[in-house]
Amino acid sequence: MAAQRVLMMGNDAIGEGAIRAGCDAYFGYPITPQNELTAYMAEHMPKHGRVFIQAESELAAINMVFGAAVAGKRAMTSSSSPGISLKQEGLSYLAGCELPAVVVNVQRGGPGLGNIGPGQADYFQATKGGGHGDYRLVVLAPDSVQEMHDLTVLAFELADRYRNPAMVLTDGRLGQMMEPLVLRDEPPPRPPPKPWALTGAAGRAPQRVCSLLLEDGALERHNEKIQQKLAVIEREEIRFEERATDDCDILLVAYGTSARIAKGAVAAAREEGLRLGLFRPITLWPFPREPLGAMGRRTGVVLVIEMSAGQMLEDVRLAVGDGPEVHFIGRTGGGVPDVKNVLDVARRVSKRGGRADHAARTRGAGL
Amino acid sequence: MLSRKPKALADEPTHYCPGCGHGIVHKLIAEAVDRLGIRERTVGIAPVGCAVLAYNYLRVDMTEAAHGRVPAVATGIKRVQPDAIVFGYQGDGDLAAIGMAETIHAANRGENITIFFVNNSVYGMTGGQMAPTTLEGQLTATCPSGRNPLEDGAPIGVCEMLNTLRRPWYIERVALDSPAGVRRCRRAIHDALRAQMDGKGYSLVEILSPCPVYLHLSPVDALRFVREKMAAQFPPGVFRRDGHPVGPAHGKRSGGAMES
Repeated sequence: MAAQRVLMMGNDAIGEGAIRAGCDAYFGYPITPQNELTAYMAEHMPKHGRVFIQAESELAAINMVFGAAVAGKRAMTSSSSPGISLKQEGLSYLAGCELPAVVVNVQRGGPGLGNIGPGQADYFQATKGGGHGDYRLVVLAPDSVQEMHDLTVLAFELADRYRNPAMVLTDGRLGQMMEPLVLRDEPPPRPPPKPWALTGAAGRAPQRVCSLLLEDGALERHNEKIQQKLAVIEREEIRFEERATDDCDILLVAYGTSARIAKGAVAAAREEGLRLGLFRPITLWPFPREPLGAMGRRTGVVLVIEMSAGQMLEDVRLAVGDGPEVHFIGRTGGGVPDVKNVLDVARRVSKRGGRADHAARTRGAGL
Repeated sequence: MLSRKPKALADEPTHYCPGCGHGIVHKLIAEAVDRLGIRERTVGIAPVGCAVLAYNYLRVDMTEAAHGRVPAVATGIKRVQPDAIVFGYQGDGDLAAIGMAETIHAANRGENITIFFVNNSVYGMTGGQMAPTTLEGQLTATCPSGRNPLEDGAPIGVCEMLNTLRRPWYIERVALDSPAGVRRCRRAIHDALRAQMDGKGYSLVEILSPCPVYLHLSPVDALRFVREKMAAQFPPGVFRRDGHPVGPAHGKRSGGAMES
């Protein structure tokens, strides 16, 4: 199969992935640091005869996505943290109506207006529901420009397969960086049939797509159905990467930009004889709880690295249980940990072998 | 005129209160859909509010929209399947309060969709609160001393506001205050959908409609309220036709301030 190696910005790679995934419609609203993606779609979607609209707000954009999705088309929107907060209403409706759609969050510093530096503090919002009601998004976390592309394609496939919204959760650094990317000439995607789509009731009875279920017990039954679907996703769709975990003494756990730092730390540590390994969740939901738990218990010392005050940290603790020590390095507000941070904490943890959770957090954050 | 149940109308008793206008509007939409032969390519969007169950009564493909988001959902549906006939059904709170941004921008883009805007001057579903179209002095659960424009703002004329934009194609306001008003409404709904079928762009029909329960009036007095009070604040007529404003400032037609 023909392949093409190109240099591309992360935000553009998401756009290219969406187009190659057969995204029929993109609805955006300007916000930094994801603007290149919206501009990419503005330029390229019309060339492919697809729909591009700059909406009047993030609220409108996610509801346009709802409209395109309910018509059976592949639809996407993207934003950054404050804008993603505005989209939570629409995400809840998409989940309630069991509509496939892809939402990209190029995270920035928060809370509030925050800043335009990279962040990972929307983890709770992305993985725990975000909007109202019982639902989950499939959440994919790329750590390279290649994965910005590839996981966007996967997001469309998983969204369609499970009739559930999917999110690509990335950050401003990955969005803005340029890296080589291999684009393969894949055959065009073939989305599954969507007999539920609202296309006009030609030759069939009229149908509806809605999340309002007022009859006694109907909403509870609907929720049970959604939960059963989510249980299948948890069983079937776990994805993660391991690096140097066979013999590691300390297991780093990180995703996205933090995982890139962790990879640098693993390599640097090996040179000085410090055996670090990395467990990188690629699906943040479903969270790779069992493989991480097994690896964490085997290693005994876990070091979580995030650009947040400790969000994925909670899932790591649940995964590994009370046995292993769990240490944490967290930067917030646009701060990014560096390899030196990680090595400093790893050396101390390694020598002491004792609990250093608080100290690690303080030192690691450079406060 | 021969009267029988349109094919696009379900054989279901509605949940609407006695004297409510929604049932009439549903029937008129169903009639227009039948008459235009578009039942098998129409997609409707039910609002949040009293008409949230509109899809129980209209036999076309239908979905829901979050409160106020009907025009955005309609935009998404229409842009990916331009041959579908897409209509949104909205009340006054949905359209002119929480959904005003979506309303203005869909109209301003000239989206080729049709909005049926049922204005009864009050939030019905939630128990009779003040709406953007509540009249000055009108009593509601949240303006118990009467709407005071100094604090609560003045009633918003949606047709007038949208008519300041360049892109809408067809805007008309009608009143369900009489058999003649119902006939005008029937024609307006037909004309709006026809415009969409012809690919002309954004069309909106505002329908002044009685809500006896939350106006605290008998059904007959509620009709009188629509005719005398609401129509005084919100004059019925064609505001825009063929993409051009209609009215005294734009050359007289039909001898009045606006056509009716």
